Amino acid sequence: MTTAAEPGQEVGKGRLRKEDARLITGRTRWTDNISLPGMLHMAVLRSPMAHARITNIDPSEARQMPGVLAVVTGADLADKQGSLPCAWPIAEDMKSPDAPSMAVNQVNFAGEVVAAVVARSAAEAADALEGIDVDYDELPVVLDLEQAIADGADLVHPDLGTNKSATWIFDSAEAGTGGPVDEAIASAEVTVERTFRQQRLIPAFMEPRSVVVDPTGEQVTMWSATQIPHILRLMLAMTLGVPEHKVRVIAPDVGGGFGGKLQVTPEEVITFLLAQQLGRPVKYTETRSESLASAHHGRDQLQKLTIAARRDGTVTGLKVELLADMGAYLRLVTPGVPILGAFMYNAIYKIPAYHFACTNVFTTKTPTDAYRGAGRPEATFAIERMMDELANELGMDPLDVREMNWIKHEEFPYTTVSTLTYDSGNYEAATARAKELFDYDGLRREQAERRQRGDTVQLGIGISTFTEMCGLAPSRVLGSLSYGAGGWEYGAIRMLPTGKVEVITGSSAHGQGHETAWSQIVADKLGVPFEDIEVLHGDTQSSPRGMDTYGSRSLTVGAMAVLSAADKVIEKAKPIAAHMMECSPDDLEFANGTFTVRGTDTSTGIADVALAVFAAHDLPDGVEPSLDSDATFDPENFSFPHGTHLCAAEADTETGQVRLRAYVAVDDVGKVVNPLIVEGQVHGGLVQGIAQALFEEAVYDESGTLMTGTLADYLVPSAADMPSFTTDRTETPSTTNALGVKGVGEAGTIASTPAVVNAIVDAIRHMGVNDVEMPCTPMRVWQAIQGGAQSAAGPGAEPGGGMGSLDAEGGAR
Amino acid sequence: MRITVTVDGTTYSDEVEPRTLLVQYLRERLGKVGTVVGCDTSNCGACTVHLDGHSVKSCSVLAVQADGCEVTTIEGLARDGQLHPVQRAFHDNHALQCGFCTPGMIMQAIDLLAEDSDPEEQAVREGIEGNLCRCTGYQNIVRAVRDAAHEMRPGAGPEAERVSEATMGTQAGVHRS
Amino acid sequence: MIPAEFDYVAPTTVDDAVRALADAGDEAKILAGGQSLIPVLRMRLAAPTKLIDLGKVTELQGVREDGGALVIGAMTTHYDVVRDPLIAEHAKLIGMATSTVADPQVRHRGTFGGSLAHADPAGDLAAPALALDVEMVVHGMDGRRTIPASEFFVDYFTTALRPGELLTEVRVPKYTGWHAHYEKFNRVAQAWSIVGVAAAVQVEGHTITQARVGLTNMSSVPVRASGVERALVGQEATPEAIKAAAQHAVEGTMPVADGNADAAYREHLAKVLTSRAVTAACG
Repeated sequence: MTTAAEPGQEVGKGRLRKEDARLITGRTRWTDNISLPGMLHMAVLRSPMAHARITNIDPSEARQMPGVLAVVTGADLADKQGSLPCAWPIAEDMKSPDAPSMAVNQVNFAGEVVAAVVARSAAEAADALEGIDVDYDELPVVLDLEQAIADGADLVHPDLGTNKSATWIFDSAEAGTGGPVDEAIASAEVTVERTFRQQRLIPAFMEPRSVVVDPTGEQVTMWSATQIPHILRLMLAMTLGVPEHKVRVIAPDVGGGFGGKLQVTPEEVITFLLAQQLGRPVKYTETRSESLASAHHGRDQLQKLTIAARRDGTVTGLKVELLADMGAYLRLVTPGVPILGAFMYNAIYKIPAYHFACTNVFTTKTPTDAYRGAGRPEATFAIERMMDELANELGMDPLDVREMNWIKHEEFPYTTVSTLTYDSGNYEAATARAKELFDYDGLRREQAERRQRGDTVQLGIGISTFTEMCGLAPSRVLGSLSYGAGGWEYGAIRMLPTGKVEVITGSSAHGQGHETAWSQIVADKLGVPFEDIEVLHGDTQSSPRGMDTYGSRSLTVGAMAVLSAADKVIEKAKPIAAHMMECSPDDLEFANGTFTVRGTDTSTGIADVALAVFAAHDLPDGVEPSLDSDATFDPENFSFPHGTHLCAAEADTETGQVRLRAYVAVDDVGKVVNPLIVEGQVHGGLVQGIAQALFEEAVYDESGTLMTGTLADYLVPSAADMPSFTTDRTETPSTTNALGVKGVGEAGTIASTPAVVNAIVDAIRHMGVNDVEMPCTPMRVWQAIQGGAQSAAGPGAEPGGGMGSLDAEGGAR
Repeated sequence: MRITVTVDGTTYSDEVEPRTLLVQYLRERLGKVGTVVGCDTSNCGACTVHLDGHSVKSCSVLAVQADGCEVTTIEGLARDGQLHPVQRAFHDNHALQCGFCTPGMIMQAIDLLAEDSDPEEQAVREGIEGNLCRCTGYQNIVRAVRDAAHEMRPGAGPEAERVSEATMGTQAGVHRS
Repeated sequence: MIPAEFDYVAPTTVDDAVRALADAGDEAKILAGGQSLIPVLRMRLAAPTKLIDLGKVTELQGVREDGGALVIGAMTTHYDVVRDPLIAEHAKLIGMATSTVADPQVRHRGTFGGSLAHADPAGDLAAPALALDVEMVVHGMDGRRTIPASEFFVDYFTTALRPGELLTEVRVPKYTGWHAHYEKFNRVAQAWSIVGVAAAVQVEGHTITQARVGLTNMSSVPVRASGVERALVGQEATPEAIKAAAQHAVEGTMPVADGNADAAYREHLAKVLTSRAVTAACG
């Protein structure tokens, strides 16, 4: 089910990106590239302790050091820094600690800012950190989710009286969308129970975060490597009490985010305050080590699932109990991330009884928040693992169990047990295509042969038939979930006198290719050449309203606003064109950029109308001399991309090493604006999801120190660690937006993790293995084969070789 | 101390602190901000430049060590407004998204092709193993490097190998790799 | 991140370098390729007062023959080691292990001597050096001395180099006609070895007549797998015989438990990888 673009049409065409010309020549505007007259540099001192009271800070030596203009501690900022915002209070009784940008009396995770230096140069600022003396009185660390909520647990925030922030429950019997799950479990012919650990991940965007604040203009201007310039501006105003109209935020070129730059950061606030205090521009750029330790992390949940089914494979109930690690504070959307998963555990399946309960827990670790997929990868992982486990329990092929339970294509629109209405989908088509590309039957035969031969390297096949909810989000739904804002997006069109077009979008791109895709969409709509369109974004001055970029929302929400604004442009142009051609507006039709008097060859191009409007010499009475239009779009529903991913993994049973032999991803993201960009999103998403399965984990030692604090230890895979993917698409248009499109930014990440782990477990299941904890390191796989009992011991924390253990003795490699 | 370095064809003579990293010198003193810093441990490769013709991570070289050397950065590749074939191949194959790793990735790809003018897929993957990308999943980068190899190979007509927009358009929807 | 301040000298001869080191005292550091040292300085895990850069000491660069040995200058880059025809002919194991070090950019800068002097237990060059019984030639104010590889590696990041001494050359006996393989086990391509096995063998007919095996990251220092070597010599190069011999790989090791592997798993890997390395070497 693939379609080619019609000739002459931009949407559907694999346009090469407009963005590239600058990026491939180094003509870039990363925040750290910015240099302003009189600009100063900030460095911050971070707590090496995970949990401690600050008993004394002595910055006097630092203040005397060369080039130092200011040294501030939490006490200096206490009355003006406010509390970092959390926009998602998921429950009325949610416990939320005060979240100072700079710790005042107590530090609650290692990496928390305790002081800052502003100096003439970055080097002098870094030097002066060594002149700040901090005394800490250590408090007990809180690291383990289950221990944190046990009676008598040490508390992260003693004044809250508990480490539980909130509990959020959905129950299908109470909601009236299904039966009671306990009855389903009690009467089940088969139940399977599993506990999965969603390890803590780090977004690890390639561009470290950077912020420059210039207080010298009428507005204070902040450049920041952020996904959310609009939300950031509002939150700075609300957090610091500065008038919103006196703040301008610019997200220039931003080097990836993946949710990691969906944040209002302590460093942004501190830089803002110090620039204001000193009256000079101040820049702060984090090091990679600072980024890994203190920028928010993702995932980190303990998932307990029970699935109930009949012997024939029909699922009758699903119970999900989560503990979610918030880390030390609630950041912008921290509490809501696991809740986004609540709607996705039932996935593509018709499940008659469903219960979801999540308890959010504080620990003395870096706060968690959005990371690519945010809540949905966790849900998809768990349900797709459970479907494999259920199939094994029933002795069925895992694809058959899925097919028996999934929503058939003729059943759409379908309202799920968790209350969402899926508008469209065709799971049969995507699965059929994936099986064909993968040679499913051939690989199953090879798997059987290898088992029989007792090969050292065993083959496993992993399946993930996923869907997700994205395109965040209908404002009414966000309201019902107590989110602090709406989910609309803004767009505008400016028609220039020469016929060129400026498109303004509230969606703030950081690698996604909005400039290209939006140009394609507007080119078709207004009939102007692709090259004649400029897309403006990421600056609250040029793009005054917006909800920014996350949750695969840009195309399904942001581009719809742009389309709607373009419709208004045409509507505004129509009476003017009619006036120019001396006909009635009702006689005009608009196509390919031209107004034509119906049934004649009399026509006027939209560029001519734009010029006439600029001159304004002869416009119809009462018509304003402007075609410029804007629009705000609020989606009526989420977007539900889906697909079938098949992974063939080879497990070396002697070493535990896993190699991906083949990976097929057939995604259905509805209509496609630019297939090149879509394919790129899928590739990148796959690698992040696969990396969760195999490589990445933020590991803390028993004192609460991050052990994976550099890219030598936090294993972001390279090209040499990844296979080539076979990707294809089926196309089931969305029925809830004008283009029939669905989101694609997170799909690959959401789908791939369970496909890989299912493949690994499938490869060694005959050796008595029914789970391997992520990341599936060689040691974990090997231990699982040995009987699994040792896996509880885990790796140790002794200093070994390599960069992670380098100390003052380090010499040349 | 005083150093003299030729960067992208221009010779500079400057007084630098010994602790100044080559990448800092390029960015902060010479304004060559096309080369970026992505990590502290030389893992990410975003800062890759050529030092006397070989790729190096400019965050792990002191500016003083480059005294008397020639440096080429991403900004020195295009000639007379013409992109280097590797730059063009990155564009043609959608081998970048956010673009932060791209300068280093391109500089390393050029080094790789100087060693091996027609690398197999695995050789490309290993040749760029010191450069991390978080966006692309590497597949299109690998494709771009091999595409550039074909284009740069003597005798291969550039037109014959280039992935044009037109063919991309008609392939919409079917991307097997 | 920016290193703390330091002074810098770049001598052009070994004599000048030795003198500079003597003048600078304890707080000086030798800068070889800098591929470990500079990151350490950037993260301010070390703050030497002076760096003595050997980059301009041209006499330390390159590989030459000296009778029955190869002499590898301490400042020969990994890149040059991998491409060197003498090493390919007489010390293949070193070339193979060097080709697995880090990534291409690092291999352009990193040096053979720097890597050995750094003595990271996860570094890939110490085990081959030990297995091949190389000699370290060092210079200090008291002149020149040689240290056998078996005495050179003392502890984590610690060698037998005395204060004021400089590793200048590595003398490698010729292993002409030997078969070799370096088996590196790690989680991602750029990562350090969890365990590595360096194996070189002489095979006559089907019989292993001589064997050299060294282990990476099985202790705080590289380990010579002498038990494996003894068990291999005289055996037919069959998978069974090699596997049986490889069971001796854990003798004399003291593996640590770090973030990638516990001790038991490392011991297991040492056996499996030794078997694979020797098998691959035997071809």
